[in-house]
Amino acid sequence: MLLEVKDLRVYYGKIEALRGISLQVDAGEIVCLIGANGAGKTTTLKTISGLRKVSHGSVTFKGGDITSMPGHQRVTLGLCQSPEGRGIFPGMTVMENLEMGAYSRKKKESEIIAADFERVFGLFPRLSERRKQVAGTMSGGEQQMIAIGRALMAAPDLLLLDEPSMGLAPKLVTQIFEIIREINSQGTTVLLVEQNATQALSVSNRAYVLETGEITRSAPASELLNDDFIRVAYLGE
Amino acid sequence: MHNLIIQFWPSVIDGTTTGAIYALMALGYTLVYGVLRLINFAHSEVFMVGTFASLFTLHALGITHAPGGIAAIGVFILITLAAMAASGLVAVGVERVAYRPLRKRNSTSLANLISAIGMSFFLQEVFALRYGRDLIPFPRVLQKNVLFHIGTGVVRSDKLLVVVGALVMMFILDRFVNGTRLGRGIRAVAQDPSTAMLMGVNIDRVITLTFLLGGIMAGAAAMLYGTFYEVTQYNIGFVIGIKGFTAAVLGGIGNIRGALIGGFALGLIETFGGAIFHAQWVDVVAFSVLVLVLLVRPTGILGENLQRARA
Ligand SMILES: Nc1ncnc2c1ncn2[C@@H]1O[C@H](COP(=O)(O)OP(=O)(O)OP(=O)(O)O)[C@@H](O)[C@H]1O
Ligand SMILES: [Mg+2]
Repeated sequence: MLLEVKDLRVYYGKIEALRGISLQVDAGEIVCLIGANGAGKTTTLKTISGLRKVSHGSVTFKGGDITSMPGHQRVTLGLCQSPEGRGIFPGMTVMENLEMGAYSRKKKESEIIAADFERVFGLFPRLSERRKQVAGTMSGGEQQMIAIGRALMAAPDLLLLDEPSMGLAPKLVTQIFEIIREINSQGTTVLLVEQNATQALSVSNRAYVLETGEITRSAPASELLNDDFIRVAYLGE
Repeated sequence: MHNLIIQFWPSVIDGTTTGAIYALMALGYTLVYGVLRLINFAHSEVFMVGTFASLFTLHALGITHAPGGIAAIGVFILITLAAMAASGLVAVGVERVAYRPLRKRNSTSLANLISAIGMSFFLQEVFALRYGRDLIPFPRVLQKNVLFHIGTGVVRSDKLLVVVGALVMMFILDRFVNGTRLGRGIRAVAQDPSTAMLMGVNIDRVITLTFLLGGIMAGAAAMLYGTFYEVTQYNIGFVIGIKGFTAAVLGGIGNIRGALIGGFALGLIETFGGAIFHAQWVDVVAFSVLVLVLLVRPTGILGENLQRARA
């Protein structure tokens, strides 16, 4: 098991945003977390990344307890997130943004890092053309590519993606999901949060359904795709 | 008017000289504001400590008059390093003692302000009790030779040292912030601290580094000030601090290149103001600039750009 979250409770002041959720991600999987607005999906990812304090429960990564480890150290362990709303560094160029992804990697890895740049440019040729452009001036879709590419530059074993398709045109959405599948086939495990549930489920192996801070379903993705209740509640049918 | 024509070149030279010192000070305010969105009002004391550090180094070296040749260069290197080290350490110490504990508790910016003022008084009083409240003279470190003329203006060696020294420091800082991995870390925290952490940036370490850099710049300013004005005092940082802050606001707080422009602009504005009205009006002009900028264009000449388009 790569990641294990056990009975996690997280508060914002007095509001309990996560009410004891448990989930697991195995190496090699794409696991998807779906749920309505405000269900706690972003909070879950932020907590796994170390941006939110845990009140109860634990987060285990590669067999080690990381519940109270500072967020920046988790990146070195092999966990990197592309945050909701992209969160690119607007004043930096495309290249500098990607270099930020490799921030905590050692200098002596420089050859592997160079190969990872090529991998990212292979996945996103558009970024290769725009290396020197200031990221804040790029389109929404291009910024999403930067955010995903930047997280890949950390060479994570587990990639956390928070709504990578948000605000993108349908054609680009399809392309992003294809890229997620490709990233996974190159050996990176993915934990994906999505509103675009149909497409997310169709690239995922397994899925969890989150409702107001609690996991209400856990099943193979294909099962949820064919589930009448899920179809009505989350797939807009 | 006639006065202004005669005073034109001398004012340009003097304004550039004082402006260089303001610019170095402005960098400290702007760097810290960039990553923490707070004005480090104890920065004036960071400067004050730097002046004392270079003075004590001169005393320790037994300097009573300007040395010549190689010795002069050695002395300059030593007093510069001493001032930078002292100011850098004090700046880092201020962050640890006055700001970090508050930050860990998510305190308000008013609490930070009060903490900064407390720190300022503390440092001033420590130096006042130890070294008295009078002006303390510096021995002459640099022969004040006339080097050349620009129009009616006289360029003296000490003024040239101040301007060139400041420009070199600014250049190094600019290269560091824009051209190195750690500098990228500083910019990342300024633009989006949470995402910076998601990329593996240790925010506390970046904050320490930022205070250290600002302190080093203040130390350089302090050494140049001591060499130029040849005095210090426990409260010497007060006016220089406000001028540096004004320069930072004028250029656009949070913006490194803005701090440079703001520093030189303020130096020139106040020197010309003094030439037009009277030398005693220099500070009135400078602070009118602060009030005007805050009223008319709070984002300064260049606007915030360390974080660019953050809103
Ligand atoms: N910084 C915050 N302060 C207070 N409450 C918060 C904060 N962030 C999130 N919440 C609350 O926590 C709950 C979960 O929010 P979260 O952002 O995790 O939802 P989400 O599932 O990602 O929603 P969306 O699909 O809209 O992105 C919501 O009720 C939200 O209002
Ligand atoms: Mg969300």
